[in-house]
Amino acid sequence: MSVDEKTVRRIAHLARIAVTDEEVGPLGAELNAILAFVEQLDAVDVSGVEPMTSVLPMAMKKREDVVTDGGRADDVVANAPETEDNYFLVPKVVE
Amino acid sequence: MSSPNELTLAEARDALKAKRLSARELTQAHLDAMAKARALNAYVLETPDRALAMAGASDGKIAAGEARPLEGLPLGIKDLFCTHGVTTTAGSKILETFEPHYESAVSANLWRDGAVMLGKLNLDEFAMGSSNETSAYGDVVSPWRRNGSDARLVPGGSSGGSAAAVAARLCLGATATDTGGSIRQPAAFTGTVGIKPTYGRCSRWGTVAFASSLDQAGPIARTVRDCAILLGSMSGPDPRDTTCADLPVPDFEAAVGRGVKGLTIGIPREYRVDGMPTEIQALWDQGAAWLKEAGATIKDISLPHTAYALPAYYIVAPAEASSNLARYDGVRYGLRVPGANIADMYEKTRAAGFGREVKRRIMIGTYVLSAGYYDAYYVRAQKIRTLIRRDFEAAYADGVDAILTPATPSSAFGIGEKASADPVEMYLNDVFTVTVNMAGLPGISVPAGLDGQGLPLGLQLIGRPFDEETLFATAQTIEAAAGRIALPGAWWA
Amino acid sequence: MNASVDPKKLIKGGLHDWEVIVGMEIHAQVTSRAKLFSGASTAFGAEPNDHVSLVDAAMPGMLPVINAECVSQAVRTGLGLKAQINLRSVFDRKNYFYPDLPQGYQISQYKDPIVGEGEVTVDMADGTTITVGIERLHLEQDAGKSLHDQDPTRSFVDLNRSGVALMEIVSRPDLRSSEEAKAYVTKLRTILRYLGTCDGDMEKGNLRADVNVSVRRPGDPLGTRCEIKNVNSIRFIGQAIETEARRQIAILEDGGSIQQETRLFDPGKGETRSMRSKEEAHDYRYFPDPDLLPLEFDQAYVDALAAGLPELPDAKKARFVGDFGLSAYDAGVLVAERASADYYEAVARGRDGKAAANWVINELFGRLNKEGLTIEATPVSADQLGAIVDLIGEGVISGKIAKDLFEIVWTEGGDPRALVEARGMKQVTDTGAIEAAVDAIIAANPDKVEQAKAKPTLLGWFVGQTMKATGGKANPAAVNALLKEKLGIEG
Ligand SMILES: [Mg+2]
Ligand SMILES: [Zn+2]
Repeated sequence: MSVDEKTVRRIAHLARIAVTDEEVGPLGAELNAILAFVEQLDAVDVSGVEPMTSVLPMAMKKREDVVTDGGRADDVVANAPETEDNYFLVPKVVE
Repeated sequence: MSSPNELTLAEARDALKAKRLSARELTQAHLDAMAKARALNAYVLETPDRALAMAGASDGKIAAGEARPLEGLPLGIKDLFCTHGVTTTAGSKILETFEPHYESAVSANLWRDGAVMLGKLNLDEFAMGSSNETSAYGDVVSPWRRNGSDARLVPGGSSGGSAAAVAARLCLGATATDTGGSIRQPAAFTGTVGIKPTYGRCSRWGTVAFASSLDQAGPIARTVRDCAILLGSMSGPDPRDTTCADLPVPDFEAAVGRGVKGLTIGIPREYRVDGMPTEIQALWDQGAAWLKEAGATIKDISLPHTAYALPAYYIVAPAEASSNLARYDGVRYGLRVPGANIADMYEKTRAAGFGREVKRRIMIGTYVLSAGYYDAYYVRAQKIRTLIRRDFEAAYADGVDAILTPATPSSAFGIGEKASADPVEMYLNDVFTVTVNMAGLPGISVPAGLDGQGLPLGLQLIGRPFDEETLFATAQTIEAAAGRIALPGAWWA
Repeated sequence: MNASVDPKKLIKGGLHDWEVIVGMEIHAQVTSRAKLFSGASTAFGAEPNDHVSLVDAAMPGMLPVINAECVSQAVRTGLGLKAQINLRSVFDRKNYFYPDLPQGYQISQYKDPIVGEGEVTVDMADGTTITVGIERLHLEQDAGKSLHDQDPTRSFVDLNRSGVALMEIVSRPDLRSSEEAKAYVTKLRTILRYLGTCDGDMEKGNLRADVNVSVRRPGDPLGTRCEIKNVNSIRFIGQAIETEARRQIAILEDGGSIQQETRLFDPGKGETRSMRSKEEAHDYRYFPDPDLLPLEFDQAYVDALAAGLPELPDAKKARFVGDFGLSAYDAGVLVAERASADYYEAVARGRDGKAAANWVINELFGRLNKEGLTIEATPVSADQLGAIVDLIGEGVISGKIAKDLFEIVWTEGGDPRALVEARGMKQVTDTGAIEAAVDAIIAANPDKVEQAKAKPTLLGWFVGQTMKATGGKANPAAVNALLKEKLGIEG
């Protein structure tokens, strides 16, 4: 499998990263080098093998249904590039 | 007495306890050394006021006879750990002004135990790199140089600032993180000790995520004992991290000096890779010989899926990273580049905020998760992870207590030396360390000698899950046999 | 399920008859105090970003920890839907960018949901019953909220809802009309409210539907569907389906084809329109969330939850029919809300079930409806209504007087028995007193008495006069019997 320029642009858009025309070619080459490197995995027989879903076997911890957080809107928006009345502001979204 | 910053962490602890030294003096000595070492670019942010305030408080505790385990010991914090009220950049432009309103679990544990924060340490951007050349805040320069050369060398990465600062005596020890080798490889490159504990030993809460199923925090310090002391404070259960183990923290320091008598050390044949420098092979053989002399049994073992760990890692880690880094969108914190509309804002912000290596990994991760490729790449890689873990389980079931390998395939290289190469060549740095992350096991890198150019080389020990104690005991045996490596003089000062 | 096509359900196009196929994804907010993966409150109506933890705001290094109660609620719901409960399920990340999605992904369940196949039985108004297949139920995070009309160039983002637990309940495309779809949602809402796992408040958006609509000629394979997003009332669900089906039929009859897309229902304009923002080709790149381990529990946990489930509407309805002799329709009306059913049972206990149903449905519900009140706000308690039913049964008051009494209790309150005493509302059963009244009327109307012999329907007039003379308190049965006897009317 190898990626062409159109795929590079599609992936960049999915990842929301603007790419210039000059970047597309080299990025594609780098991605193809990595994909060629990982291609050796095709040689492994993985039939009947479960994919790893947790690194170590343990039961998932759970929280009680108790309100322990919130009431800190100032902290939440403290680093925001643009806010008003504790709302985050973004360029208008058209639905 | 030489300058207090030349002490090991354990020595400094004892000197403070004996009141031969005050925490303020110790901290000031480090702040002075840091001020003279800016050419190394190990710190992205020095916090002298906070450091002296913390040291002053420690002196009070010591005077009151209330000293805690790390009382008054000055440490550097990798800038991947969120620190309350102190800018945390993750080495990225996208977080240039980010000031967390919370403290990472690992750093909070250190402050709980009385440690002093000197500042935030440089790193590869979002911990993605093996040379500390991807930081938005400049390359870190290794305190090491080749014999007769003043060429600037890399300290390794991604915890390059941590390793360089520890080697240059700019802190007694440092926090670090390891996703594919980011503690052990820079430790090996700088003649320091670094341990990546078992996945789940340290809480990941408050540490900027790179690849969630692989990331694990650990210390870098100048001796095995210092690492054991630091890990004892850094680790422990945390209800805020579902993947953090609910296990008590053993007395790691007590394991140091326990020796290797009766232990079986495995030597995996698959780590004998083509083109490995003979010096590294020789060092590895030497390490096995030292352990044998100290009473261990050496056993040849096979870890048949070793060769697939690195390519599988380069699917799993970027996949997780592509998702973990989606939150950097310019809405709630960090850099925002205005755009004509929301999508334009996202794309411009992320294009300007992320460096080239980070973008490359996000792109690869996005690609391998995308429709039609998920099974062929991601699911297959996770199956191979299962096979890698089974290899280790079989070896341990067969009576092996720890596994000895080289830490890196080479000694440190020059800054810029691999800049033009294809990314895979850089990735090969992690070929010996990455299996450990894939299987979630603990691994330690300990300096074992110098190569022909006078640069340090490290050996790696891999342990059973949650058996860091055996690693400390075994690494200390190597450390003792090799003799502590003399760190470079302060040519930078 | 609905194997043969019922011609009554078909929609008449200009050229052909069409069958509409509907499936639904219901997003139901889980009833819990805290969010699915954080300790922030789920309470409605807070100040902007006040019910937000650093986890909900996706600050760097923040990690999700699952709320155990949300898991229990999902399992309870699964049991209520007679569904397969999966002892092992997995949380996945659904990756996409949106300003009210702080993580850049939604934590959801994709391949391995907590609940698998189940079914819902739905009674239709015409007495028929349909069974709607449930494909799955999974747990996921809600997104935040964007306000678009505060400013000409900016949207305002509030994350109070971000991370609130939702159950997404996916039906099979088993619905064949807007009526069926509305009845299904109504029934599902009833079940959730009985279980206490979702309050079903559609106005607050706590229950909302994505409606998948396609049309086909009967017997044809399934057509291309369109998804109408976030419809937030049962009435609108019906309107949206009708509108969308007609739009698709018009296109197909014109020789066009349907584009699979996401649409929005505009109730004001009565049309559905394409959602441009959702139009972009999506590639959600699902993968298991590495911050969370698989969700595992044992059968004993499920059994304990099953043992604690309340009686559900279907069972209750069957019991009402069996124990109280109610019609299926009346029983259905009574069990639609758990509070109504409880009220009814309190009234019916130890009394005539049919009479109790009659009073609850016709008088009480009628009055509540008129006043726009819910059963919880009724001014007439079950004890009070029960006393009224008793007074009728005992022959103390007539049905007509009972209605007056109900009105007094409704507006003034009080003990019905004492009111009847105090206000002299008792029915006169004393035959002597009734007889006197009857005799007086017969004596005063000899002509009518004559006519009545030939025209027995005049009996009603005499009854009316007698009741008038006794102030409505005479026992009607006694009046009837006496009059028949005295007028010589047979039967
Ligand atoms: Mg959906
Ligand atoms: Zn959903």
